[in-house]
Amino acid sequence: MKRARVAYAGAVHEATPHADGTRLRLADGRIVAEDAVVWLPPFEVGTVVALGLNYADHAKELAFNAQQEPLVFLKGAGALIGHRGQTRRPADATFMHYECELAVVIGRRARRVARADAMDHVAGYTVANDYAIRDYLENWYRPNLRVKNRDTCTVLGPWLVDAADVAGPPALDLRTLVNGVVTQRGNTRDLIFDIPFLIEYLSGFMTLSPGDVILTGTPEGVVDVKPGDEVVCEIDGIGRLVNTIVDDAVFGRA
Amino acid sequence: MPFDVAPFRLSGTVYGTLLNYRDALEALGTSVHEAPYKAPPKSVVLYVKPRNTLAGSGDAVEVPADAAELEVGPSLGLVIGRTACRVSEAEALDHVAGCVIVADVSVSHASFYRPQVRFKAGDGFCPIGPRVVSLDALGDLGRLAIRVQVDGRMVHESSTAGWIRSPARLLAEVTDFMTLAPGDILMTGVPHGAPRVRAGQRSAIEIDGLGRLENRFVANAEAAS
Repeated sequence: MKRARVAYAGAVHEATPHADGTRLRLADGRIVAEDAVVWLPPFEVGTVVALGLNYADHAKELAFNAQQEPLVFLKGAGALIGHRGQTRRPADATFMHYECELAVVIGRRARRVARADAMDHVAGYTVANDYAIRDYLENWYRPNLRVKNRDTCTVLGPWLVDAADVAGPPALDLRTLVNGVVTQRGNTRDLIFDIPFLIEYLSGFMTLSPGDVILTGTPEGVVDVKPGDEVVCEIDGIGRLVNTIVDDAVFGRA
Repeated sequence: MPFDVAPFRLSGTVYGTLLNYRDALEALGTSVHEAPYKAPPKSVVLYVKPRNTLAGSGDAVEVPADAAELEVGPSLGLVIGRTACRVSEAEALDHVAGCVIVADVSVSHASFYRPQVRFKAGDGFCPIGPRVVSLDALGDLGRLAIRVQVDGRMVHESSTAGWIRSPARLLAEVTDFMTLAPGDILMTGVPHGAPRVRAGQRSAIEIDGLGRLENRFVANAEAAS
């Protein structure tokens, strides 16, 4: 089972894939084209926990040594947008990159959960594209929010796929395509800190609640993206998350 | 926490501002120019206090088993009342519903380079209260005295006069890249030398006009509740 949240004809709806493979079926029975709706993040998002450098190859790409403890940072809900959304690239940015990530959605309260029980707390999965603008990186509370918590820069969706439908912990191929060309590849089996570990670790100091989401990090292959680029983050069995980069003018900025 | 001015409740997103007091920045001395920082902060540096950290006045806060003590950073929180996106400094305060005392509880950490999130995001690490007070009841925000007591003894006195960026300036810079929604809180920083507490102690923060936020610190929150 997989579900989306979409806005259509004046209301927000739960939607599921229609049997024809292209359209959506709203909970009230209407069948609509996938480009006739506004896709929202597929669940009510609580705390957003993100991992830095959680693939060995990406850590190497950014010249980091393997760490003892995961590099965790937090994001606010204001940065989130859904599938087929627009993400703004500021005019002064020289290096803005996507990050295709498996997002783990918590379904049951987790406090001091042991690794062996961790997967029982997962509701499901979705795809995240967690943009960064490296020009704004400062060496204070890295990664500072100006790099990582910008409006429109955290894309989630299209679907929330039930954990029961994914053999877990998942070992899934993921890739990013910029204008149809594959620029990033990885497999979620290569996480340095895997999902059970992350749930055990995080729940050891912070209670996780339904709707909290863990963005598990990105592999190597991040490249600069420009206004007009279509960025697609795909994870096999989870979804294909489409996003378009736009410039300041779209947002009424000089 | 409910309150009696719009938007009437907290949304759950509380943002902290790093090093917004002159004394806190000055205490770092020349180290701000050295590795790993290499330069003083240029833009506003923020962090998130997630929803598991929220607590009210009177609540017990658990001291993690691996921490001997916690820091209790007194901060004036700006409660957002209207969607604030790209606000100018001149109109910034029109978007603020009021102010509230926030206790920014942390496990002490000497490095501000890439501190572990667990230092700031433990359960109960963000007591807020006792009430939201509208701006017109407060006068000049930049002249409010801040006092912290531990077990009834005055241990820290400061003033919002020590701010580097005023609330209006902070809001203008932050909302240039990040929209703040009604019910969000933006903390205006913590002065240098935040008091430390151990399990068994009580803290009380007072800010002129905002009342008194009281909390107790325990070794095991479940046993204490």
